[in-house]
Amino acid sequence: MVKLNEPVARPGPVARDNLLRTPWIRALSALLFVFLLGLIFNADGAFFQWGTHRDMLRQISVIGILACGMTLVIITAGIDLGVGSVLGLNAVLFALLCLRLGWPPLLAAGACLLVGVSCGALAGSVIARFNMQPFIATLATMVFARGLAKSISGGEKVSRAVLQPDGSYGYVDLPQFFQRIDYRVFGGNLAVVTLIFLACIVICWVLLAKLRWGRYLYAVGANEEAARLSGVPTRLVKLLAYGLSGAFAAVAGICQAVQEQQGDPEAGATYELSAIAMVVIGGTSLTGGRGQIGFTLLGTLTIGYLEKILSINAVSEAGRLILTGIIIVVAVLLQRKNE
Amino acid sequence: MAPAMLLSMRHIGKSFSGIPVLQDVSLDLNPGEVHVLAGENGAGKTTLIKILAGVHRDYQGIMELEGRELRLHSPHDAAKEGISAIHQEMSLVGSLSAIDNIFLGRELTTRFSAGLLIDCARQRRRAAELCSMLGLDIDLRRPVDEHAISVRYRIEIAKALACSARILIMDEPTGALSGPEVDMLFEVISQLKQRGCAMVYITHRMEEIYRIGDRITVLRDGRRIGTALASGLPEAELIRWMIGREIATRFPTRRIETGRERLRVENFSVARPGAAPAQGARWLVQDVSFSVRAGEVLGLAGLQGSGNSALLAGLFGACPNAVTGKAFLDGRPFQVRGPRNSIQHRLAYLTNDRKASGLIHGMSIARNISLASLQAVSPWGVLREQAEMEMADRQMQSLAVRGAAPTQEVRILSGGNQQKVLLAKWIETRPAVLLLDEPTRGIDVGAKQEIYGLMQKWVAAGMAIVLIASELQELIGLADRILVMHRGRVSAVFSREEATREKILRAAMGDSWSN
Repeated sequence: MVKLNEPVARPGPVARDNLLRTPWIRALSALLFVFLLGLIFNADGAFFQWGTHRDMLRQISVIGILACGMTLVIITAGIDLGVGSVLGLNAVLFALLCLRLGWPPLLAAGACLLVGVSCGALAGSVIARFNMQPFIATLATMVFARGLAKSISGGEKVSRAVLQPDGSYGYVDLPQFFQRIDYRVFGGNLAVVTLIFLACIVICWVLLAKLRWGRYLYAVGANEEAARLSGVPTRLVKLLAYGLSGAFAAVAGICQAVQEQQGDPEAGATYELSAIAMVVIGGTSLTGGRGQIGFTLLGTLTIGYLEKILSINAVSEAGRLILTGIIIVVAVLLQRKNE
Repeated sequence: MAPAMLLSMRHIGKSFSGIPVLQDVSLDLNPGEVHVLAGENGAGKTTLIKILAGVHRDYQGIMELEGRELRLHSPHDAAKEGISAIHQEMSLVGSLSAIDNIFLGRELTTRFSAGLLIDCARQRRRAAELCSMLGLDIDLRRPVDEHAISVRYRIEIAKALACSARILIMDEPTGALSGPEVDMLFEVISQLKQRGCAMVYITHRMEEIYRIGDRITVLRDGRRIGTALASGLPEAELIRWMIGREIATRFPTRRIETGRERLRVENFSVARPGAAPAQGARWLVQDVSFSVRAGEVLGLAGLQGSGNSALLAGLFGACPNAVTGKAFLDGRPFQVRGPRNSIQHRLAYLTNDRKASGLIHGMSIARNISLASLQAVSPWGVLREQAEMEMADRQMQSLAVRGAAPTQEVRILSGGNQQKVLLAKWIETRPAVLLLDEPTRGIDVGAKQEIYGLMQKWVAAGMAIVLIASELQELIGLADRILVMHRGRVSAVFSREEATREKILRAAMGDSWSN
């Protein structure tokens, strides 16, 4: 008799599987992998300089702010393709208000936030009220807001240079607000935009982990019908998610305008895709109901380090794009449950 | 004397990450028999049939098909050997036609086309043959999701037969079917028996076991308790095998002390979603009136599509724009506005589909329990996790939710415990009226018993319950009064003493002799 009663060995020890299954470990492992790459390809020690890390953080902050809002939306099982355009719109608007109309910067920032929230809420209300697919509704915002940005800027960058009646260019003074934001603190070791990014992370964390409405975001993303029948105001929850995503896009737009010292109507194009990549690499599931803002922080750092390492090693842009694409796929494959 | 054995599974064992779920289980099948696999949830039934269907590949023991040793590597493999599983979640592609579904993955192709060109005519003929054998008179070219569930189930059987299945595995096939549809299915089963098909049949319904089962194998805790001819195993003995202890009375006896009126409904109607006002079948529920008192269980009987489920959903406000009529809660007029409003008015509603509209999968047990009463643990909108845990602990204790800690995900629980979590969610909202649609669907005998007990406890505490249960014995055992619905209207009302299964069924099928 053939011995068939013996159990067939299961591949791989169970313990290692379980460790890999903790989402935090998986999110961290992608970051550590990229970090390790940095240690190896350190570009003659450039990777060991704090300045490299500081610059990486500064460069990643604007998109990272978008990723915060994106996380909220993705947790509700949605997607927001409009954030890049809303960023562009607000960069232009902020530059216009501050540099051309001479508004006090804080007031201008408030106006931008209002516009950002409105853009998000507009998409959110269409999604919530008419059950439109988020992909389509926010695709519309993406086109619409970009058009608005081009229309209010006349298709040109809104910069300090103002055309005088005599044909020459005069320069407006940059409000102090610009310098304050585009500045480094802690002995020049950290950019202010990075602090703003971290503040956004904290805000999202408080919402998702500590507030009732954060819980509602998860519930709507995981099972909308069950949530609705449990008394969760599902429409308002979606409105909140997209509204906040718009608000974060406005903050990012202001930061972008400040850093560039101008409002570029083309600013932020394809940023929405980077933001989605950051969220997904962190391990927040596109199917909704799962994920954390901490994952997004890790995902943002992963992409940030990756790009920084490639750039300090003088990899051409073409090569950078190709490698980034590959790494995204690998990282997301790592995230997947082995089931 | 016995015919040659078709299939034999011997000493089957299976573990998941070190935990044995099946130990030394044997099962054999004769041609043309219906072999009922019985046991509580978690007894190992599903695992066993998954091994038979080629889903699980690594197991201990031997399978033999007609004396030939069998090692299956995939469900596709199993299909090639003539073994087909028809699962609870149907595997049809809704947007494809019946023909396309029946031949999906093994399309009949024309000659000389290298398997690329589908031979539509041949497929249509073959599909028509199969369907007429199953008594299906439908347009085979329409997308299958336009058909009723019972029709879809038969399409699924046709799909299995198309690859000349000799062994059919049916996992709770009647779960979503109404009475006449069940009869039709059983008709099909007896035809299949005559053709020599063997069937492994899993069900939680006692009456079905005896109606169609030839032999019964009972599993408990991953072991085989015994196999017997259905005619030689009385119900009490079967239950004892399943749960390992004798249950004297299946339903708690009690004396109702009804109090004041909790809910009154007058001329309540629910419109069919999307129906134009002029259409004939515009109403799911039409002009229904009833009242329930504190301490009372009102049963709502009715076959699939009779409107009893729509009535509960409509009352709770699942579709507030579709309802008309008056409702009164504790004597005060109640306007149906939506779930949130209903919860505030102390109405609770357990849907009949815990997966789709009940549980929030991916959330912990505690978070599922607190969802409908989150305000209570989040003053000023700030969640207080400790208060939430206390809430969960308290509810899990009082409803005896077992098998997991409150922080664990709800999906690891067994069906019965998941149902208790949902009930806990609603009890936490301190409802005055509980609307329960199939609270014991798909859960094991032990858990059913516990839920019956809980319901008694709640009505004793002054709640009123409106209950739907498709198992009539259960409805008669639990309800103080039974309202029977047929095509959206009330066709009969019975007191507990008057109610019999025959009377209810006749009223549910539209026989209004009792009025």
